[in-house]
Order: sequence, then structure tokens, then C-alpha cells
Amino acid sequence: RKIIFEKQWFYLDNAIGHVYGTTFEVTSGGSLQPKKEVEEATTETKGAGTDNRNIVDDGKSQKLTHDDIKALKDKGIKGQEIVQQLIENSTTFRDKTEFAQDKYIKKKKKKYEALITIVKPSTRILATMYHAREPGKINHLRYDSLAQMLTLGNVHAGSKMLVMETCAGLVLGAVMERMGGYGTIIQMYPGGGPLRAATSCFGFPKHFFDTLHEFPLSKVESLLSGTFSTEVLPSEPEGSTLVEEESNGLSDEKQTSLQETEEEPTTEASMEVSQAEEQETMDLSTEDVEFKESKEKGMKENVQEKQRKQWERRKKLIETAALLREKNSDGLIIASKFHPTPLLLALLEFVAPSRPFVVYCQYKEPLLECYTKLRERGGVVNLKLSETWLRNYQVLPDRSHPKLTMSGGGGYLLSGITVVLDKGRADSTHSEALKMEEPAAKRCRVQDLHC
Amino acid sequence: MSFVEYGDTIKDGDTAIVFLGHESMFPVKVQHGTVTQTKYGVIRHSTDLIGKKYGSKVTCSKGGWVFILHPTPELWTMNLPHRTQILYSTDISIITMMLELKPGSIVCESGTGSGSLSHALIRTVAPTGHLYTVEFHQQRAEKAREEFREHEVEHLVTVTNQDVCKNGFGVSNIADAVFLDIPSPWEAIGHAKSALKAEGGRICSFSPCIEQVQRTCLAMEECGFTEINTLEILLRVYNVRTISLQIPDLGKATEDNSSTGFDSSNPSSQGSLCTNLQQGTAQFKSGVPLREMVGHTGYLTFATKS
Repeated sequence: RKIIFEKQWFYLDNAIGHVYGTTFEVTSGGSLQPKKEVEEATTETKGAGTDNRNIVDDGKSQKLTHDDIKALKDKGIKGQEIVQQLIENSTTFRDKTEFAQDKYIKKKKKKYEALITIVKPSTRILATMYHAREPGKINHLRYDSLAQMLTLGNVHAGSKMLVMETCAGLVLGAVMERMGGYGTIIQMYPGGGPLRAATSCFGFPKHFFDTLHEFPLSKVESLLSGTFSTEVLPSEPEGSTLVEEESNGLSDEKQTSLQETEEEPTTEASMEVSQAEEQETMDLSTEDVEFKESKEKGMKENVQEKQRKQWERRKKLIETAALLREKNSDGLIIASKFHPTPLLLALLEFVAPSRPFVVYCQYKEPLLECYTKLRERGGVVNLKLSETWLRNYQVLPDRSHPKLTMSGGGGYLLSGITVVLDKGRADSTHSEALKMEEPAAKRCRVQDLHC
Repeated sequence: MSFVEYGDTIKDGDTAIVFLGHESMFPVKVQHGTVTQTKYGVIRHSTDLIGKKYGSKVTCSKGGWVFILHPTPELWTMNLPHRTQILYSTDISIITMMLELKPGSIVCESGTGSGSLSHALIRTVAPTGHLYTVEFHQQRAEKAREEFREHEVEHLVTVTNQDVCKNGFGVSNIADAVFLDIPSPWEAIGHAKSALKAEGGRICSFSPCIEQVQRTCLAMEECGFTEINTLEILLRVYNVRTISLQIPDLGKATEDNSSTGFDSSNPSSQGSLCTNLQQGTAQFKSGVPLREMVGHTGYLTFATKS
């Protein structure tokens, strides 16, 4: 399998069997394993200037021409040697200060010595990567904000968590990592099915998914009002769910390959995942062949298969609905592209008292509204609207300072703790509950109007 | 209750958080026959707390009321008795993620201090992980042990009373992550390396001063740690307020025409902004930063052993 990453292409075959964190050098077409510690090409040019008063930018300090360098590259000379040549042919190099020399070498090394380190996937790696590479897909959720969410939400093994996200499954994956396969997660999803492109990059073992449930957001109202039943589920959207999921699978694959092309630390797990996917498609195609061999029987089986899947889906949905109906979730985490207020007000109903909830939003204003509405509703304490700033530092002897650029914004969080609703308020919700007993159709229409 | 498992009802011996309102709360140890004084009156544990649900509203003797909350590491951090300067949840959250902690992780920590971070670490690595924490101050070590016992997490933590810079963590080749919050972390980097698993792991050091960070980074480099990265995280909290700004009198305000002109230039569809011309003010919702915020806690230096 050929993979493109940072304008280089390579095969991953050689990387199998090495420990995570191994660094590889790219040669023409394959991955090669070089030594861990490249013995520093000791800058024996210990001569260095003290300042740049005599360094003039005449554009002629590099004696090698563009073509020379290309020729060196074409010959397949090691990057390290090219860098050495560049240094030797720079007339001003000796006059530069020690620090400037250091910087020059580092820059050239970056360009000519293509090194790739393969690391294990984790929330740290994936959240940093998504934020750097595809912030739009995760609603510009910066990794420190995600870290805050996991802590404020008290996410830990054994909990029953409610997650509503449109962050490609990154937040879901982070929650799954922290729960380690213990407890229950219910993912509320909009549209035809949950997106889990990032989740698959984590390389979770299969049993983690046994504790993962999903529930369509569009059924929340009916569940709250008690009109929910699977009979209401027409087979049509079921079918579309299937299709959606299949296309999701496809986009998953695209996603992983995309990541492999772009991701800095190419994760082995994503490779494994894509291999697994390949295997699956292989299996499918063999099945297909079998189907063709016995068309008639196959057709019947196909229909049966579809029905079986639908039935299974329905069964799962009933299970999840039952889990939600208990209204005893241990926490709620929201990070989506939707307006947070209606989501929070509806989903908080499923959370037990004295449990934390966290809502992420890229913008502050919707959370201001959310805050006000929650105050009106009651049943929450310790409401807090916050944001974190993250600053990276360069730490080098005599050259320590904050990094030149920092991220402008990583989004905002609204967090709090649920409590038992007031008696007086409980009465008002009771009257609301009475209202809910009105014909469902009417209520639906009212809701539609609200939307 | 336990700090690592939610419970529904308050039981004898639990640690619960009494929430008085607006950032004001304190922890109580629930005991039969005990009473707790609050500014809203007395809470009698036997009748007011035990058997009630967490998150309930409890009416005190003077008619005032409080909420009783389930303990979490975050609430504990806000309420614990300080024996030292502590780490707060903002730093704790990024430490937990950057050290890649999860259920089953083995973590080494020094010093234990007041146990603010310890509780968060234990919560994250439970039920199969373990925390080895080293504190050179005998009294603090003893106090931490007592707290862990009270909070029903002692099976997940080992407190050792020794000097980490001289004697290390008392374990070797078993840790997935090491955290250092000591005055001279560079003296413990070697010990940290040997505590980490042979196949590698993550390390974090917390220091308030940049000079400490520089020495630590040098020590990490010498020990062969890679991916050395220093960062700082700051929390900004906003108060949600409705603000009204007076509209200046430019001499036109009395004329009806001009006032309607102003109104139409502010379409009412902008929900957050509404103009009240009678009083000559415009109202809007805003997230106002606190007058004073924490400007610096410490630099966090992360690195990988591989």
C-alpha cells in the first residue's frame, strides 16, 4: 500500500515489527530504518561570528546553484551530506553567530533529511493532529479544550456517559479512551448515523465497542414525551441509515488514507485499521462471488440479510432507548456544530442529579444564551463559562521565549453540575408533562414550528 | 460514594460537598449524630443527609437551603485542606491528556503535596491502574494516606515517604507516566527514566520558574528523552452579565424621526441587542472577564521516553 505524506511517498511494510517511536528515513519508495540517534554531524566549523554587522544580503552567499542541488538530490545522495555541502559552500556561514548557524542547519535538515517517526495513536496525538490539520472538521476544538472537557465531565471508567458530537468522532474516541471499555457510552447522532472517522484512528479493541450505543437525535423528543416506539420507525429511514453507514464506512477509509498522507506521526493503528478494512472488502467481494454463483438463493439471502440487520438495528435502538429512559446518566458532553441551547435543555433530562455536564461551542454568544436559559430552567449549580489559553515555549540555552505564534482561540466551554429540580419548578415541569400528553402529532407540529 | 465510582444516595462515612451557592462550598464527612453549621443554619447528618440522594436540596434549620453534591476530584480540588500549594483542574486536565493516562495506566508522582492531582490521577487510572506517589515530608505523606483511605481509593495508590531526588520512586520499569512537581526536578529525571517502562512512556514536570524549566530540559535531553515540549495553560472565566450602555445625547434624541432612524439601524433580529429608547440605553448580553485572573501557575514540560 502506497502512502503519501509531506510530499514523500513510501510503503509501510518495513515499519512492521518495530517499536512505536522508531524513526525512519525515506528512500526511493520504501521505508528504511536508520539508527535512533543520528550521531550529530559535529559542526566542526567552530568558527563563529559575534554579530551580523558585516553580513550583507547580496543573494550570492550560497555558491551551489539551484541546478547543483537538484543534481545532488537526483544522485540519491544522503540528505545529511547535502546539508554538509550547503554549509561548506555558504560563504557567510562562518560569520554567523553560533545560534544563527544552529538555526541554519536545523532549517536545512528539515528540508533535506526526511525523517518519519511512527507513534501510537492516543487522544493527545489525534487531537493535536486534527486541530493542526483539519480544525474545520472538529469545530476548531483545540486539544486543551478537549482535555478540559474530559476533566470537567469527570469522565472515568464505569460511568454511563451521554455524548453528542459532530467532531468526526474525536470527542467520542477521547471519552472511550478515558473509560477504557468500562461503563456505557450513548452517542446521540444527527442525520442517518454517527460519524466515527476519528474514532477508528484510535485502534480500540473490539470489546470497547460493545459498551458503545447510539441513538438518533431526531427521536429524542418522542422519547421524552413518551410517544417513542420502534413502530414509529418507518423502514425507509432505516434503509437510509444503512446506506449512510456504508457511505460512512467509505468516508472512513478515505479519511484514514487522507490522514496517512497528511498526519505527521503516521499512526500504525490507522494503518492496521485500513488493513482490516481491506480485509473486510475482500471478504465482501468473495461473498459477492458466492452470491453470483447462486443468484436465486443469493437474492433471498440478501433480503433476509437486510431484514436481519434491520431487526438487529431496531433491537439495539430499543436497548438504547431503555438506557436513556432510566434518566440516570453520569454525565453529558456536547461538542457540535448545532446551537447548544436546545440540545442541552433536552439532553439534560437524561442526566442524574449531582452529575457534571460540559458544552463546547466555537463561539461565546450561544453559550451566553445557554447560560441564561439554564438559569431559568433551574436544576443546575456551579455554572461556569470559560476558555483556556495555550502558550508553547522554546526552551534552549540562552534562547528561551514563548513561541512566536500561538493559537487564536480554542473555543469556549459551559460547564456545571445537575441537581434535583426545585419543587415549585417540578410543578411547572409537571404541567409541562401534562401538556406532553397532548396528541403527539400536534406536539410535533409545534416543535416543527419552533425549529 | 467513592471518588472513582458514582453512588446514588448519601451513606454514613461518605465525603460529600455542601454547596451553599455561588462558588461557596465545603466538604463534610457524613456521620451519624453529627451536625454541621452553615450560614443558613444547622444540617443534621442523620436526618438531613443519610439516605438522601446526591444532588438533593437540603433545608437547614433557619429555613435556608443547600445542595449536597457527590464528590469528584474537581470538587475536591476546590475544597481540600491545603497543606501545600496545589495544582488546579486546568493544569490537571492538560497533564492527564498529555501523559496519555487512561484506565490501567501506572503513574508515578512526586511530591504528593495536598493530593489534588493525586485524586484526579487515581480517578483516571481506576479500576486497573495504580498510582505510586512519593512525598518526602512525613506528616504530609501520613495525611495523604489517611485521605485516600477515607475516600475509598487506597487500593489504587501507594504512598512512599522518601526523597525522590535521592531514592527515586521505589519502583522500576513499570510506569507509563511520571509526573514531577518538586523544586529541583532535574535531579529526579534519572530516577524518572528508570521508573518508566522499558518500552517507553511519558513524563511531565511542573515548574513555576523558567530557570527550573531550562535545567529540566537539559537533564531530559541528556537522559535521552525526546519530543521535549514546554507549554503553559491559562484559564479565563467569564461572568455572564446583561449590560446596558447609555446612548449619547447628540441633540437629536428628542426628535421622534431620528430615534426611529436609530432603531431601524439596529434590526431587532439581533436578539442579543435591544434598544430601550425611553431610557436612552442599549442592552446586550456579554461574557465579562473577571476583574482578576490567574496569570501564571507554572510551566509544564512534557517529554517521551522511547
